[in-house]
Amino acid sequence: MSLGSITERAPGAGPSTAKWIGWTVAALTIWGVVYSQLVPFSQWVVAQTPVDPKSHLGEAISFFAYDTPKVLMLLTLVVFGMGVVRSFFSPEKTRALLAGRREGVGNVLAASLGIVTPFCSCSAVPLFIGFVSAGVPLGVTFSFLIAAPMVNEVALGLLFGLVGWKVALTYLAFGLAIAIISGWIIGRLHLEHWLEEWVRNLRSDAVELPQEELSVVDRIKAGIDAVKEIVGKVWPWIIAGIAAGAFIHGYVPSELLASIMGRDVWWSVPAAVLLGIPMYSNAAGIIPVVEALITKGAALGTVLAFMMSVIALSLPEIIILRKVLTVRLIAVFVGVVGTGILAVGFIFNALFS
Amino acid sequence: MKQVKILGPGCKRCAATVEMVQTEADRLGVPVSIEKVTDYAAIAGYGIASTPGIVVDGKVVHAGGLPRPDDLARWLAA
Repeated sequence: MSLGSITERAPGAGPSTAKWIGWTVAALTIWGVVYSQLVPFSQWVVAQTPVDPKSHLGEAISFFAYDTPKVLMLLTLVVFGMGVVRSFFSPEKTRALLAGRREGVGNVLAASLGIVTPFCSCSAVPLFIGFVSAGVPLGVTFSFLIAAPMVNEVALGLLFGLVGWKVALTYLAFGLAIAIISGWIIGRLHLEHWLEEWVRNLRSDAVELPQEELSVVDRIKAGIDAVKEIVGKVWPWIIAGIAAGAFIHGYVPSELLASIMGRDVWWSVPAAVLLGIPMYSNAAGIIPVVEALITKGAALGTVLAFMMSVIALSLPEIIILRKVLTVRLIAVFVGVVGTGILAVGFIFNALFS
Repeated sequence: MKQVKILGPGCKRCAATVEMVQTEADRLGVPVSIEKVTDYAAIAGYGIASTPGIVVDGKVVHAGGLPRPDDLARWLAA
Protein backbone atom coordinates (compact mmCIF):
# COMPACT_ATOMS: atom_id res chain seq x y z
CA MET A 1 0.00 0.00 0.00
CA SER A 2 1.48 3.34 -0.94
CA LEU A 3 1.19 6.34 1.30
CA GLY A 4 0.10 8.52 -1.60
CA SER A 5 -3.16 6.71 -2.03
CA ILE A 6 -4.07 7.41 1.58
CA THR A 7 -3.30 11.11 1.66
CA GLU A 8 -5.08 11.57 -1.63
CA ARG A 9 -8.29 10.43 -0.06
CA ALA A 10 -8.08 12.27 3.22
CA PRO A 11 -11.62 13.60 3.78
CA GLY A 12 -12.32 17.23 3.07
CA ALA A 13 -8.91 18.07 1.69
CA GLY A 14 -7.77 19.91 -1.39
CA PRO A 15 -9.25 22.37 -3.85
CA SER A 16 -11.06 19.62 -5.76
CA THR A 17 -13.34 18.99 -2.77
CA ALA A 18 -14.37 22.65 -2.77
CA LYS A 19 -14.96 22.45 -6.51
CA TRP A 20 -17.18 19.37 -6.14
CA ILE A 21 -19.23 20.97 -3.39
CA GLY A 22 -19.53 24.16 -5.42
CA TRP A 23 -20.81 22.29 -8.45
CA THR A 24 -23.27 20.34 -6.33
CA VAL A 25 -24.70 23.52 -4.83
CA ALA A 26 -24.91 25.10 -8.29
CA ALA A 27 -26.69 22.06 -9.68
CA LEU A 28 -29.19 22.08 -6.80
CA THR A 29 -29.89 25.78 -7.37
CA ILE A 30 -30.53 25.26 -11.07
CA TRP A 31 -32.78 22.37 -10.13
CA GLY A 32 -34.86 24.64 -7.92
CA VAL A 33 -35.21 27.35 -10.56
CA VAL A 34 -36.24 24.91 -13.30
CA TYR A 35 -38.65 23.10 -10.99
CA SER A 36 -40.48 26.31 -10.11
CA GLN A 37 -41.12 26.98 -13.83
CA LEU A 38 -42.83 23.70 -14.62
CA VAL A 39 -46.45 24.86 -14.48
CA PRO A 40 -45.97 27.71 -16.99
CA PHE A 41 -43.94 25.30 -19.11
CA SER A 42 -46.75 22.74 -19.32
CA GLN A 43 -49.31 25.45 -20.11
CA TRP A 44 -47.02 26.69 -22.84
CA VAL A 45 -46.75 23.16 -24.30
CA VAL A 46 -50.52 22.77 -24.49
CA ALA A 47 -50.82 26.26 -25.99
CA GLN A 48 -48.47 25.17 -28.78
CA THR A 49 -50.91 22.44 -29.82
CA PRO A 50 -54.19 23.15 -31.61
CA VAL A 51 -55.98 21.21 -28.87
CA ASP A 52 -58.55 22.85 -26.60
CA PRO A 53 -57.00 22.83 -23.08
CA LYS A 54 -60.41 21.99 -21.61
CA SER A 55 -60.91 18.92 -23.80
CA HIS A 56 -60.05 15.33 -22.80
CA LEU A 57 -56.98 15.34 -25.00
CA GLY A 58 -55.93 18.76 -23.72
CA GLU A 59 -56.11 17.59 -20.12
CA ALA A 60 -54.17 14.45 -20.94
CA ILE A 61 -51.43 16.40 -22.72
CA SER A 62 -51.14 18.98 -19.96
CA PHE A 63 -50.91 16.23 -17.32
CA PHE A 64 -48.20 14.49 -19.32
CA ALA A 65 -46.21 17.67 -20.06
CA TYR A 66 -46.30 18.74 -16.42
CA ASP A 67 -45.81 15.41 -14.70
CA THR A 68 -43.02 13.95 -16.81
CA PRO A 69 -40.39 16.59 -16.02
CA LYS A 70 -41.74 17.01 -12.49
CA VAL A 71 -41.50 13.32 -11.63
CA LEU A 72 -38.12 12.88 -13.30
CA MET A 73 -36.69 15.92 -11.49
CA LEU A 74 -38.07 14.90 -8.10
CA LEU A 75 -36.80 11.39 -8.59
CA THR A 76 -33.34 12.62 -9.53
CA LEU A 77 -33.16 14.79 -6.42
CA VAL A 78 -34.41 12.09 -4.06
CA VAL A 79 -32.22 9.37 -5.54
CA PHE A 80 -29.18 11.62 -5.34
CA GLY A 81 -29.90 12.43 -1.70
CA MET A 82 -30.45 8.80 -0.80
CA GLY A 83 -27.33 7.79 -2.71
CA VAL A 84 -25.33 10.09 -0.46
CA VAL A 85 -27.10 8.86 2.69
CA ARG A 86 -26.61 5.23 1.70
CA SER A 87 -22.89 5.69 1.30
CA PHE A 88 -22.86 5.74 5.12
CA PHE A 89 -24.45 2.27 5.30
CA SER A 90 -23.75 -1.19 3.96
CA PRO A 91 -25.45 -4.58 4.33
CA GLU A 92 -22.44 -5.77 6.32
CA LYS A 93 -22.70 -2.91 8.82
CA THR A 94 -26.44 -3.45 9.09
CA ARG A 95 -25.88 -7.14 9.73
CA ALA A 96 -23.42 -6.37 12.49
CA LEU A 97 -26.06 -4.15 14.10
CA LEU A 98 -28.71 -6.86 13.82
CA ALA A 99 -26.81 -10.04 14.67
CA GLY A 100 -28.06 -11.66 17.82
CA ARG A 101 -30.74 -9.00 18.37
CA ARG A 102 -33.83 -10.02 20.26
CA GLU A 103 -37.06 -10.02 18.36
CA GLY A 104 -39.11 -6.90 18.82
CA VAL A 105 -36.30 -4.38 19.02
CA GLY A 106 -34.57 -6.32 16.27
CA ASN A 107 -37.59 -6.10 13.98
CA VAL A 108 -37.93 -2.35 14.46
CA LEU A 109 -34.22 -1.79 13.84
CA ALA A 110 -34.20 -4.09 10.81
CA ALA A 111 -37.18 -2.39 9.17
CA SER A 112 -35.69 1.07 9.76
CA LEU A 113 -32.28 0.03 8.43
CA GLY A 114 -34.07 -1.47 5.43
CA ILE A 115 -34.84 2.08 4.28
CA VAL A 116 -31.26 3.36 4.27
CA THR A 117 -29.18 0.26 3.54
CA PRO A 118 -28.18 -0.07 -0.11
CA PHE A 119 -30.02 -3.08 -1.43
CA CYS A 120 -30.68 -4.51 -4.84
CA SER A 121 -33.07 -7.37 -5.41
CA CYS A 122 -30.37 -9.23 -7.36
CA SER A 123 -28.46 -9.49 -4.09
CA ALA A 124 -31.48 -10.59 -2.04
CA VAL A 125 -30.31 -14.19 -1.76
CA PRO A 126 -26.70 -13.52 -0.72
CA LEU A 127 -28.07 -11.01 1.76
CA PHE A 128 -30.61 -13.42 3.16
CA ILE A 129 -28.04 -16.18 3.62
CA GLY A 130 -25.43 -13.73 4.86
CA PHE A 131 -27.84 -12.48 7.53
CA VAL A 132 -29.28 -15.80 8.65
CA SER A 133 -26.01 -17.73 8.67
CA ALA A 134 -24.32 -15.04 10.75
CA GLY A 135 -26.92 -15.15 13.52
CA VAL A 136 -29.55 -12.56 12.54
CA PRO A 137 -32.88 -14.13 13.60
CA LEU A 138 -35.15 -15.24 10.74
CA GLY A 139 -37.98 -12.86 11.65
CA VAL A 140 -35.60 -9.92 11.91
CA THR A 141 -34.15 -10.79 8.50
CA PHE A 142 -37.67 -10.80 7.08
CA SER A 143 -38.41 -7.38 8.56
CA PHE A 144 -35.41 -6.08 6.65
CA LEU A 145 -36.35 -7.87 3.43
CA ILE A 146 -39.91 -6.56 3.53
CA ALA A 147 -39.01 -2.96 4.33
CA ALA A 148 -36.11 -2.62 1.89
CA PRO A 149 -38.10 -2.77 -1.34
CA MET A 150 -41.40 -1.38 0.01
CA VAL A 151 -40.31 1.72 1.88
CA ASN A 152 -37.77 3.03 -0.58
CA GLU A 153 -36.71 6.51 -1.56
CA VAL A 154 -38.34 6.29 -4.98
CA ALA A 155 -41.75 5.47 -3.50
CA LEU A 156 -41.52 8.07 -0.74
CA GLY A 157 -40.09 10.81 -2.95
CA LEU A 158 -42.72 10.38 -5.62
CA LEU A 159 -45.60 10.10 -3.18
CA PHE A 160 -44.37 13.24 -1.47
CA GLY A 161 -44.12 15.14 -4.74
CA LEU A 162 -47.26 13.90 -6.44
CA VAL A 163 -49.76 13.08 -3.74
CA GLY A 164 -48.60 15.11 -0.76
CA TRP A 165 -46.61 14.79 2.46
CA LYS A 166 -49.48 13.42 4.54
CA VAL A 167 -49.88 10.39 2.35
CA ALA A 168 -46.11 9.93 2.04
CA LEU A 169 -45.68 9.96 5.82
CA THR A 170 -48.60 7.61 6.36
CA TYR A 171 -47.19 5.29 3.74
CA LEU A 172 -43.83 5.36 5.54
CA ALA A 173 -45.44 4.61 8.89
CA PHE A 174 -47.66 1.80 7.62
CA GLY A 175 -44.93 0.33 5.42
CA LEU A 176 -42.64 0.13 8.44
CA ALA A 177 -45.44 -1.29 10.55
CA ILE A 178 -46.10 -4.08 8.05
CA ALA A 179 -42.40 -4.95 7.89
CA ILE A 180 -42.02 -4.93 11.68
CA ILE A 181 -45.17 -6.89 12.48
CA SER A 182 -44.85 -9.41 9.63
CA GLY A 183 -41.24 -10.11 10.59
CA TRP A 184 -42.20 -10.43 14.23
CA ILE A 185 -44.98 -12.90 13.42
CA ILE A 186 -42.72 -14.98 11.17
CA GLY A 187 -40.15 -15.00 13.98
CA ARG A 188 -42.75 -16.09 16.56
CA LEU A 189 -43.84 -18.97 14.35
CA HIS A 190 -40.30 -20.44 14.57
CA LEU A 191 -40.13 -21.54 10.96
CA GLU A 192 -36.37 -22.02 10.76
CA HIS A 193 -36.96 -25.66 9.78
CA TRP A 194 -38.80 -24.43 6.68
CA LEU A 195 -35.67 -22.94 5.22
CA GLU A 196 -34.04 -24.99 2.50
CA GLU A 197 -31.83 -27.56 4.17
CA TRP A 198 -28.51 -26.30 2.86
CA VAL A 199 -29.28 -22.83 4.20
CA ARG A 200 -30.19 -24.22 7.61
CA ASN A 201 -26.89 -26.02 7.89
CA LEU A 202 -24.82 -23.05 6.87
CA ARG A 203 -22.87 -21.27 9.55
CA SER A 204 -20.53 -18.52 8.63
CA ASP A 205 -18.57 -15.91 10.45
CA ALA A 206 -19.31 -12.37 9.43
CA VAL A 207 -16.24 -11.03 7.72
CA GLU A 208 -14.47 -7.99 9.07
CA LEU A 209 -14.19 -5.74 6.04
CA PRO A 210 -11.34 -3.26 5.88
CA GLN A 211 -12.77 0.21 6.48
CA GLU A 212 -13.19 2.00 3.19
CA GLU A 213 -12.76 5.65 4.07
CA LEU A 214 -15.03 7.78 1.93
CA SER A 215 -14.44 11.47 1.37
CA VAL A 216 -17.13 14.08 0.71
CA VAL A 217 -16.33 13.83 -2.99
CA ASP A 218 -16.76 10.04 -2.87
CA ARG A 219 -20.18 10.48 -1.31
CA ILE A 220 -21.28 13.05 -3.90
CA LYS A 221 -20.07 10.62 -6.56
CA ALA A 222 -22.08 7.86 -4.89
CA GLY A 223 -25.16 10.07 -5.24
CA ILE A 224 -24.43 10.72 -8.90
CA ASP A 225 -23.85 7.01 -9.52
CA ALA A 226 -27.19 6.22 -7.89
CA VAL A 227 -28.91 8.73 -10.18
CA LYS A 228 -27.24 7.25 -13.25
CA GLU A 229 -28.17 3.76 -12.25
CA ILE A 230 -31.68 4.16 -10.85
CA VAL A 231 -33.02 7.02 -12.95
CA GLY A 232 -31.29 5.50 -15.96
CA LYS A 233 -33.15 2.27 -15.34
CA VAL A 234 -36.62 3.45 -14.33
CA TRP A 235 -37.28 6.38 -16.68
CA PRO A 236 -39.10 4.27 -19.29
CA TRP A 237 -41.34 2.95 -16.50
CA ILE A 238 -42.06 6.49 -15.41
CA ILE A 239 -42.97 7.64 -18.90
CA ALA A 240 -45.23 4.60 -19.31
CA GLY A 241 -46.75 5.22 -15.87
CA ILE A 242 -47.38 8.89 -16.62
CA ALA A 243 -48.85 8.05 -20.01
CA ALA A 244 -51.23 5.62 -18.29
CA GLY A 245 -51.97 8.31 -15.69
CA ALA A 246 -52.57 10.89 -18.41
CA PHE A 247 -55.01 8.55 -20.10
CA ILE A 248 -56.88 8.02 -16.82
CA HIS A 249 -56.90 11.80 -16.23
CA GLY A 250 -58.28 12.62 -19.63
CA TYR A 251 -60.58 9.75 -20.44
CA VAL A 252 -61.64 7.55 -17.54
CA PRO A 253 -64.87 8.89 -16.05
CA SER A 254 -64.72 9.54 -12.30
CA GLU A 255 -67.97 7.74 -11.59
CA LEU A 256 -66.58 4.53 -13.08
CA LEU A 257 -63.52 4.54 -10.81
CA ALA A 258 -65.48 5.55 -7.76
CA SER A 259 -67.84 2.65 -8.33
CA ILE A 260 -64.98 0.12 -8.67
CA MET A 261 -62.33 1.53 -6.37
CA GLY A 262 -64.38 3.78 -4.10
CA ARG A 263 -64.54 3.61 -0.33
CA ASP A 264 -67.91 1.95 -0.25
CA VAL A 265 -66.76 -1.03 -2.26
CA TRP A 266 -65.41 -3.37 0.41
CA TRP A 267 -64.04 -6.01 -1.96
CA SER A 268 -61.89 -3.52 -3.85
CA VAL A 269 -59.07 -3.75 -1.27
CA PRO A 270 -58.57 -7.54 -1.46
CA ALA A 271 -59.02 -7.36 -5.23
CA ALA A 272 -56.30 -4.69 -5.44
CA VAL A 273 -53.90 -6.82 -3.36
CA LEU A 274 -54.49 -9.93 -5.46
CA LEU A 275 -54.16 -7.97 -8.67
CA GLY A 276 -50.88 -6.47 -7.47
CA ILE A 277 -49.00 -9.71 -6.76
CA PRO A 278 -48.39 -10.90 -10.33
CA MET A 279 -47.81 -7.34 -11.52
CA TYR A 280 -44.25 -6.28 -11.45
CA SER A 281 -43.42 -2.66 -11.63
CA ASN A 282 -41.43 -0.42 -9.43
CA ALA A 283 -42.61 2.54 -7.45
CA ALA A 284 -41.60 4.85 -10.28
CA GLY A 285 -44.04 3.36 -12.74
CA ILE A 286 -46.91 2.85 -10.39
CA ILE A 287 -47.08 6.18 -8.55
CA PRO A 288 -48.15 8.39 -11.47
CA VAL A 289 -51.00 5.91 -11.95
CA VAL A 290 -51.71 6.10 -8.21
CA GLU A 291 -51.97 9.87 -8.39
CA ALA A 292 -54.31 9.78 -11.35
CA LEU A 293 -56.51 7.15 -9.67
CA ILE A 294 -56.77 9.20 -6.48
CA THR A 295 -57.71 12.42 -8.24
CA LYS A 296 -60.38 10.46 -10.08
CA GLY A 297 -62.10 9.39 -6.89
CA ALA A 298 -60.51 6.04 -6.14
CA ALA A 299 -60.18 5.44 -2.40
CA LEU A 300 -56.71 6.11 -1.02
CA GLY A 301 -56.50 2.86 0.95
CA THR A 302 -57.42 0.78 -2.05
CA VAL A 303 -54.87 2.50 -4.24
CA LEU A 304 -52.10 2.23 -1.64
CA ALA A 305 -52.87 -1.44 -1.03
CA PHE A 306 -52.52 -1.98 -4.74
CA MET A 307 -49.23 -0.10 -4.81
CA MET A 308 -47.78 -1.94 -1.80
CA SER A 309 -48.80 -5.26 -3.26
CA VAL A 310 -47.16 -4.48 -6.58
CA ILE A 311 -43.92 -3.38 -4.93
CA ALA A 312 -43.59 -5.65 -1.88
CA LEU A 313 -45.04 -8.89 -3.18
CA SER A 314 -43.47 -9.30 -6.56
CA LEU A 315 -43.35 -12.58 -8.38
CA PRO A 316 -39.73 -12.21 -9.56
CA GLU A 317 -38.53 -11.66 -6.00
CA ILE A 318 -40.52 -14.64 -4.79
CA ILE A 319 -38.92 -16.79 -7.48
CA ILE A 320 -35.46 -15.61 -6.43
CA LEU A 321 -36.20 -16.32 -2.77
CA ARG A 322 -37.43 -19.81 -3.64
CA LYS A 323 -33.73 -20.77 -3.79
CA VAL A 324 -33.48 -20.40 -0.02
CA LEU A 325 -37.06 -20.74 1.23
CA THR A 326 -39.33 -23.74 0.98
CA VAL A 327 -42.70 -23.26 -0.71
CA ARG A 328 -44.40 -23.43 2.69
CA LEU A 329 -42.29 -20.60 4.06
CA ILE A 330 -42.94 -18.50 0.96
CA ALA A 331 -46.66 -19.09 1.41
CA VAL A 332 -46.43 -17.86 5.00
CA PHE A 333 -44.43 -14.83 3.88
CA VAL A 334 -46.95 -13.89 1.18
CA GLY A 335 -49.87 -14.62 3.53
CA VAL A 336 -48.57 -12.51 6.39
CA VAL A 337 -47.47 -9.56 4.26
CA GLY A 338 -50.64 -9.73 2.16
CA THR A 339 -52.78 -9.63 5.29
CA GLY A 340 -50.81 -6.62 6.51
CA ILE A 341 -51.37 -4.77 3.26
CA LEU A 342 -55.05 -5.64 3.39
CA ALA A 343 -55.27 -4.18 6.88
CA VAL A 344 -53.51 -1.01 5.75
CA GLY A 345 -55.97 -0.64 2.88
CA PHE A 346 -58.97 -0.90 5.15
CA ILE A 347 -57.48 1.37 7.83
CA PHE A 348 -56.58 4.03 5.26
CA ASN A 349 -60.05 3.97 3.77
CA ALA A 350 -61.53 4.38 7.23
CA LEU A 351 -59.13 7.22 8.19
CA PHE A 352 -59.07 9.38 5.07
CA SER A 353 -62.59 10.02 4.04
CA MET B 1 0.55 -14.36 -9.13
CA LYS B 2 -2.40 -12.79 -7.33
CA GLN B 3 -5.34 -15.08 -6.72
CA VAL B 4 -8.48 -12.99 -7.11
CA LYS B 5 -11.97 -14.36 -6.51
CA ILE B 6 -15.10 -12.46 -7.53
CA LEU B 7 -18.08 -13.51 -5.43
CA GLY B 8 -21.48 -13.05 -7.03
CA PRO B 9 -24.40 -15.03 -8.40
CA GLY B 10 -23.83 -13.74 -11.93
CA CYS B 11 -25.34 -10.29 -11.85
CA LYS B 12 -24.35 -7.54 -14.25
CA ARG B 13 -22.17 -5.83 -11.67
CA CYS B 14 -20.29 -9.06 -10.97
CA ALA B 15 -19.28 -9.31 -14.62
CA ALA B 16 -18.31 -5.63 -14.58
CA THR B 17 -16.17 -6.22 -11.50
CA VAL B 18 -14.30 -9.06 -13.19
CA GLU B 19 -13.50 -6.73 -16.07
CA MET B 20 -12.38 -3.93 -13.77
CA VAL B 21 -10.00 -6.25 -11.94
CA GLN B 22 -8.54 -7.55 -15.20
CA THR B 23 -8.14 -4.05 -16.63
CA GLU B 24 -6.51 -2.72 -13.49
CA ALA B 25 -4.17 -5.72 -13.24
CA ASP B 26 -3.13 -5.29 -16.87
CA ARG B 27 -2.51 -1.61 -16.33
CA LEU B 28 -0.32 -2.29 -13.31
CA GLY B 29 1.36 -5.28 -14.92
CA VAL B 30 0.36 -7.52 -12.01
CA PRO B 31 -0.24 -11.12 -13.03
CA VAL B 32 -3.61 -12.32 -11.72
CA SER B 33 -5.76 -15.38 -11.91
CA ILE B 34 -9.43 -14.47 -11.61
CA GLU B 35 -11.98 -16.98 -10.48
CA LYS B 36 -15.72 -16.38 -10.36
CA VAL B 37 -17.54 -17.87 -7.38
CA THR B 38 -21.24 -18.14 -8.15
CA ASP B 39 -22.43 -20.78 -5.71
CA TYR B 40 -24.57 -19.18 -2.97
CA ALA B 41 -23.26 -21.42 -0.21
CA ALA B 42 -19.66 -20.76 -1.22
CA ILE B 43 -20.32 -17.00 -1.35
CA ALA B 44 -21.88 -17.11 2.11
CA GLY B 45 -18.83 -19.01 3.35
CA TYR B 46 -16.80 -15.83 2.87
CA GLY B 47 -19.03 -14.05 5.34
CA ILE B 48 -20.27 -11.24 3.12
CA ALA B 49 -23.89 -10.07 2.82
CA SER B 50 -23.79 -8.17 -0.45
CA THR B 51 -22.38 -8.85 -3.87
CA PRO B 52 -20.16 -8.52 -5.80
CA GLY B 53 -17.45 -9.40 -3.30
CA ILE B 54 -13.73 -9.41 -3.98
CA VAL B 55 -11.24 -11.77 -2.38
CA VAL B 56 -7.53 -11.18 -2.96
CA ASP B 57 -5.19 -13.96 -1.89
CA GLY B 58 -7.78 -15.42 0.45
CA LYS B 59 -8.70 -12.11 2.10
CA VAL B 60 -12.08 -10.42 1.59
CA VAL B 61 -11.36 -6.82 0.63
CA HIS B 62 -14.69 -5.61 -0.71
CA ALA B 63 -18.40 -6.36 -0.69
CA GLY B 64 -21.35 -4.71 -2.42
CA GLY B 65 -21.28 -2.50 -5.49
CA LEU B 66 -18.49 -1.77 -7.91
CA PRO B 67 -15.04 -1.20 -6.43
CA ARG B 68 -13.22 2.07 -6.99
CA PRO B 69 -10.28 1.76 -9.39
CA ASP B 70 -7.78 3.29 -6.94
CA ASP B 71 -8.87 0.79 -4.27
CA LEU B 72 -8.39 -2.02 -6.76
CA ALA B 73 -4.89 -0.79 -7.52
CA ARG B 74 -4.14 -0.74 -3.80
CA TRP B 75 -5.41 -4.31 -3.25
CA LEU B 76 -3.56 -5.66 -6.27
CA ALA B 77 -0.33 -3.89 -5.36
CA ALA B 78 -0.32 -4.87 -1.69
